[in-house]
Order: sequence, then structure tokens, then C-alpha cells
Amino acid sequence: MAKIIVVTSGKGGVGKTTTSAAISSGLALRGHKTVVIDFDIGLRNLDIIMNCERRVVYDFVNVINKEARLNQALIKDKRADNLYILPASQTRDKDALSKEGVEQVLEELAKDGFEYIICDSPAGIEHGAFMALYFADMAIVVANPEVSSVRDSDRILGILQSKSRRAEQGERVEEYLLITRYSPERVAKGEMLGVGDVEEILATKLLGVIPESESVLKASNQGIPVIHDQESNAGKAYSDAVSRLLGDNVEHRFVTIQNKGLLQRLFGRSA
Amino acid sequence: MSIFDYFRTAKKDTASIAKERLQIIVAHERSQRNQPDYLPKLQQELIAVIRKYIDIDQDQVDIQLDQNDDCSVLELNITLPELHERH
Ligand SMILES: Nc1ncnc2c1ncn2[C@@H]1O[C@H](COP(=O)(O)OP(=O)(O)O)[C@@H](O)[C@H]1O
Ligand SMILES: [Mg+2]
Repeated sequence: MAKIIVVTSGKGGVGKTTTSAAISSGLALRGHKTVVIDFDIGLRNLDIIMNCERRVVYDFVNVINKEARLNQALIKDKRADNLYILPASQTRDKDALSKEGVEQVLEELAKDGFEYIICDSPAGIEHGAFMALYFADMAIVVANPEVSSVRDSDRILGILQSKSRRAEQGERVEEYLLITRYSPERVAKGEMLGVGDVEEILATKLLGVIPESESVLKASNQGIPVIHDQESNAGKAYSDAVSRLLGDNVEHRFVTIQNKGLLQRLFGRSA
Repeated sequence: MSIFDYFRTAKKDTASIAKERLQIIVAHERSQRNQPDYLPKLQQELIAVIRKYIDIDQDQVDIQLDQNDDCSVLELNITLPELHERH
């Protein structure tokens, strides 16, 4: 049975698309047939992060409107064998996503044998974000360690617990917290909320902590999801998060200040 | 100890301030979350009535619905201004 996972946050620019690309790639690299859907209608950028923007012919809305078949719109990833991307449309109005339409596409994907369906949510708590989370079995709530982001995450958790399909059926969406853009140095200086603070306030299971890392921009410049860069701390941290998603018990790394190696100290570079 | 040192040690680090603010915001929002939709309007109308008699601000009225096992309690808290300000 397919597992539907929404990557959501409320606030924009916190790392949902980066995370969707990384987690879906990570699951596919471990042999799971995975599809990642861009729900950000009108502002699509998952295709850019995944470097398939020039291969987009049909999109999610075309499929919902029956202007294209699902397998015409799905783009096969060039890096991970088991990964497909369903891009968002660029221009249409954002109400194009109907509940019935989304449900049909999700059901067809499940029938096609996809094990994981990752939904990259748009920002906000409006229609698009609601459609992305409504059918979810599991939610990855992405938060940056700052007040507005954590507050918005709490709101999204509230919506998951009251307005999702699972909630309507008296069940619970499995919720995970992913803290991104984390800087242990700044936490040590008292300039940034720590992992423990955010966990305590949101009272949600921690899926991972992704450090603030230059490699994320480098990866997006090239259209390579950062999880492929296993030299980088962000890539490693995303890998760990995928392991935890699959049920492994992996210790959290990159949450405390790391001692820099001699070479790094000499040249003053950080990972 | 210079005056600057004094300010440095007396000032809380910004992360602790962030945490305290968040705890308050989140607690407030959670308490409002499962409230019926009519509550904000009820609050507005109550404020209008109270203002006929007492000069109060929006944030001096706190309205909350608490669900108990077999009944709900509508709790209304009004902070009155200083005595000499009263009409
Ligand atoms: N761990 C990180 N370190 C550094 N920059 C990051 C990190 N995660 C995300 N970013 C940057 O933050 C910006 C927003 O990320 P994105 O994934 O598009 O957020 P969202 O989808 O939530 O709007 C991008 O420029 C991205 O490169
Ligand atoms: Mg995005």
C-alpha cells in the first residue's frame, strides 16, 4: 500500500522543496518506488531543484482535468531509478486542485505500485496547502529555529489534527518534525532556538536536524538534490532522516558544534 | 565593571526570549483552536456592550470556552482599567 507523506510548514522558504527533493530521492535510492508531487500551483520549483524543468510537458493539473494521462505527465528522474516527478502547472489558478481530482491521482499512483507519494506543499494555510496535506498518512513538518516558523508549524499541526482526512475518520496523521537551517554555533551563542526548545514547544517526534549548509545552494544551482552529496553535512543529515523514516534508530548528528579538522581550520572553510 | 558589561550580563540571550514568546503565542493559539466559530463575533459584541459603560480595549477582554465532561463553561475575563479612569 502506498504511503502518502506531506512535506509542509505553513511558512514559506523554510526548506520544504529542498526536503521533498532530498527525501524522495533518498527513498528511491534505497529501492522504494517513489513519486514526488509539486502542489505549489503557479510557483512550481520542484522541477528546478530536480533538474527536470525542460522535460515538463504535462503537469498535475492537466492530469486532474483529464487533458493528459498520468503516465504522460510523470517524469522519470535521471539520478534515482525508482523516482518519478509530477510537476505543478506554471500558470493556472490555484483552485485547479479539486479534492476529487487529487484523490483520483493519488489512487492511480497507488495502483501503479508506488510505495511512497511525497507531496511538496506550498506555503500558507490556504487551498493548495490544504490539498497537499488532506490525504496524508504521514506529515513531515519543516521548521526553522525561529519564532514565526515554529508558530506556523504549530498551526499546521493543528490543521493536520482536525481537518485532514485521517482526522475526519477519527485517526491520526503520523507527525514528524524536521528542523532545517540549524546552526549549532548560533545556538551555543544563545542566538538561535535549540533543537530541544523547538521539540518541547511542538511536542512532536523529531525526524531530523538539517544543518545550515552551503552545499544546499550548490546543489540547487546544479539541480541535484542535496542528498546525493554525501560529503556534505546536509546530505548526510537527510540520509539519516530517510533511515528514521524507514524505521531505523539513528542517532542525531550535527546538532552540536563539531571540531573542525586541521585542514579546515587552516583554510577556514566549513562543510 | 563598566556600564556596558552591566547591560551585557543583565540582558537575556535572544534565544531565551524567542522561546518565552513562542510558549505564550502557542499556548494562546492552541486554546483558541477548537473554539466554535461564533466566539470571535460574540467577543466583539460583548466588547461593544461593555464599552457603553466602561472604557476598555480589545485585549482587556478574554473569552474562552472550556469543555468539561458533561458541560461547557464559557469563561469571560475582563480586566478593568485603573479606578480613576473609569467613567
Ligand atoms: N539546510 C539549508 N542550508 C542552507 N540553505 C537552505 C537549507 N535548506 C533550504 N535552504 C535554502 O532556503 C531557501 C528556501 O528553500 P525551499 O526548499 O525552496 O523552501 P520552501 O519550499 O519551504 O519554500 C532556498 O534558497 C534553499 O536553498
Ligand atoms: Mg517550495
